[in-house]
Amino acid sequence: MNPLSVVVRTICNVFAWFMIVFGSYVIVHGHLSPGGGFQGGAIVATFMVLLLVAHGGKRFLDWVREGLFSAAESIGLLIFLGAGLLGMSTTFFYNFLAKSGGLFGSPVPLGSNPGVLNSAGTVALMNLAVGIEVVAGLSFIIIYMFKGIRIELDEEDEGHGR
Amino acid sequence: MRGWRILYLVGLMVVCGLFFGALQDIHPFGEPVESAMDDYFIARAQEERAVNNVVTSIVFDYRGFDTLGEGAVLFTAVTSVVALFRKGRS
Amino acid sequence: MVGNFPFVVVGLLFAIGMALILFDKNLIKIAIGVSMIESATNLFLIVLDYRTGGSIPVYTLAGKFEKMVLPTPQALTLTSIVIGVATTALMLSLIMLLYRYYGTLDVREIRRLRG
Repeated sequence: MNPLSVVVRTICNVFAWFMIVFGSYVIVHGHLSPGGGFQGGAIVATFMVLLLVAHGGKRFLDWVREGLFSAAESIGLLIFLGAGLLGMSTTFFYNFLAKSGGLFGSPVPLGSNPGVLNSAGTVALMNLAVGIEVVAGLSFIIIYMFKGIRIELDEEDEGHGR
Repeated sequence: MRGWRILYLVGLMVVCGLFFGALQDIHPFGEPVESAMDDYFIARAQEERAVNNVVTSIVFDYRGFDTLGEGAVLFTAVTSVVALFRKGRS
Repeated sequence: MVGNFPFVVVGLLFAIGMALILFDKNLIKIAIGVSMIESATNLFLIVLDYRTGGSIPVYTLAGKFEKMVLPTPQALTLTSIVIGVATTALMLSLIMLLYRYYGTLDVREIRRLRG
């Protein structure tokens, strides 16, 4: 694929970091506002699509490292399973961190309130783990479906001028 | 039109007719029929689990086992796509 | 039947998706039809449990409320959407491999040429 013109590349360089920050906000505040792991992960995965479309295929494939995404996906799923197995003394997936005063435990006042970030025990931990897994998984799908097209990538890029 | 196309059109009409026949008996829009389980979730989510978002507490805490299955489905789909596009040795 | 208008919309979406699968010969349009049927199912899950005059089931955004909309089908719809993404990704990958092997996207041609 050929890279697009200078205007599109400049706006992509400026706008891509905003997408990462907004997606991380949606993932981390999953227990206070509508959102969570899956929705925020889909927002951050469109960062890879924007890079692929704006900078062309040859430069994108030279930059990406696949070992990082493979490790991130496996670590995300393992943390999710571990957070479920740690409360095994009562039952599977028991919320043993809620209202305990430790890492994510603070009680919440009843009724409508502005949210408390420190609350909601293992739910906040599982949000982070699922968010990392969805980002890595969707990026993997995009990279490999692009590699499967198998067009000849020329030595000289014919863009829309410089 | 050929023969098999008429057969497909008759099948589509039968499915649509069955659906609109079932639409006469459905409950009116805006008054759900059984809501005992959801009233329990809405009333108890803040005192027991200390979570402000009731939907997230259902996905990750009250019904966390379904989310485990969904993580497995996503992992399998990614592995299958990678395995389909691998360059062979021939 | 005018009061149940969201259910009629679900039926229309399902019928259009099914007509695309039955009556078309391009492989990508068949994939679009399957995706439309999945969208109709997700819409049906959300429309089933709605309380008139209810508020969003989140305690930080509700304000003054008397009753809330039921939250369980919304949680099931999240899972269903992710499964739809996995199915669509695999379908499109198989269509790409078929095009590379046969050279055409017509369903009748692929049935005729055997290897």
